[in-house]
Amino acid sequence: MRFGVIVFPGSNCDQDVYYALKEVLGQPVDYLWYAETRVDGYDCLILPGGFSYGDYLRPGALAGLSPIMTAVKEFALRGGIVLGICNGFQILLEAGLLPGAMLRNRCLQFRCQDVYLRVENNRTPFTGRFARGQVLRMPIAHNEGNYYVDPATLERLKEKNQIVFRYCTREGKITPEANPNGSVDNIAGIINEEGNILGLMPHPERCVEELLGGTDGREFLASLLDWWAVQGLRRSSNSC
Amino acid sequence: MSEFYLVRVHVTLKKGVMDPQGEAVKQGLLTLGYQGVKEVRVGKYLEVALEAPDEEEARRQVEEMCRRLLANPVLEDFSVDIHAAQRHQEEHENTSAYSI
Repeated sequence: MRFGVIVFPGSNCDQDVYYALKEVLGQPVDYLWYAETRVDGYDCLILPGGFSYGDYLRPGALAGLSPIMTAVKEFALRGGIVLGICNGFQILLEAGLLPGAMLRNRCLQFRCQDVYLRVENNRTPFTGRFARGQVLRMPIAHNEGNYYVDPATLERLKEKNQIVFRYCTREGKITPEANPNGSVDNIAGIINEEGNILGLMPHPERCVEELLGGTDGREFLASLLDWWAVQGLRRSSNSC
Repeated sequence: MSEFYLVRVHVTLKKGVMDPQGEAVKQGLLTLGYQGVKEVRVGKYLEVALEAPDEEEARRQVEEMCRRLLANPVLEDFSVDIHAAQRHQEEHENTSAYSI
């Protein structure tokens, strides 16, 4: 499965994502500069974390207008797999590829810590290795991760099973105390209705080896490979 | 003939959207002894200098800018005040060349 990691001015998790895909999962991966206008030949595009454009105006707002984003949108509309992590999630929201927006953390602190996540939907290309209700541990590091949607859109997200991860306790309980940033409904990650674009605030690429303190991020990324092994075969048989 | 306009844009959080910064600033004001303070909402102020054929077109463009970039319609409302402006020679680099 061929991955493209998009590098915006101010991205700072691009090398971690690259390392996780290439060294840990052994997949072909390239960096794609934000000024590029083509994303041909890739099976999955990843928008990594960081502070694109210095978070000017709003996090992700200016990166969402980058030249490459036109190609990313076309790729996504054709059903291509797109993953936004942290600032990458903020960019997907600002670009209108996912619903909602980010507010400053309710606590007004930059939160850099491990969190527990409950898998709410395991029927996505990103979560096939998990059970529904399984509790994962991943690091977060952000100032604007307080996810907001209006009540009507929230209902729609629930109805369409688009909430993929929620902040929880170690035991998997959804409580206000387990919510590090004030997100509506403890939401940590969502997927679009079609099921090919996912955004999450936690950093899977920072937990891909025991040395890093955990491997839940590796299983998250490896789920994509499982999905691709089936879906890729289906695609090639369709084209015959 | 084109004219210059200086447009003052205020971007504010929609009613009902939590404002953690505003809440913290309110607590600060209460600490300073301003016991009458009931609510503080933090927003953004932008100045856009632009050239347009007339005020109506300037307004149309800036309102569109607000919807497309300057404000996030999920969270924020905006208001614009348009003023005819003059362009003048800037004395220093990085100093605005437009004034009302």
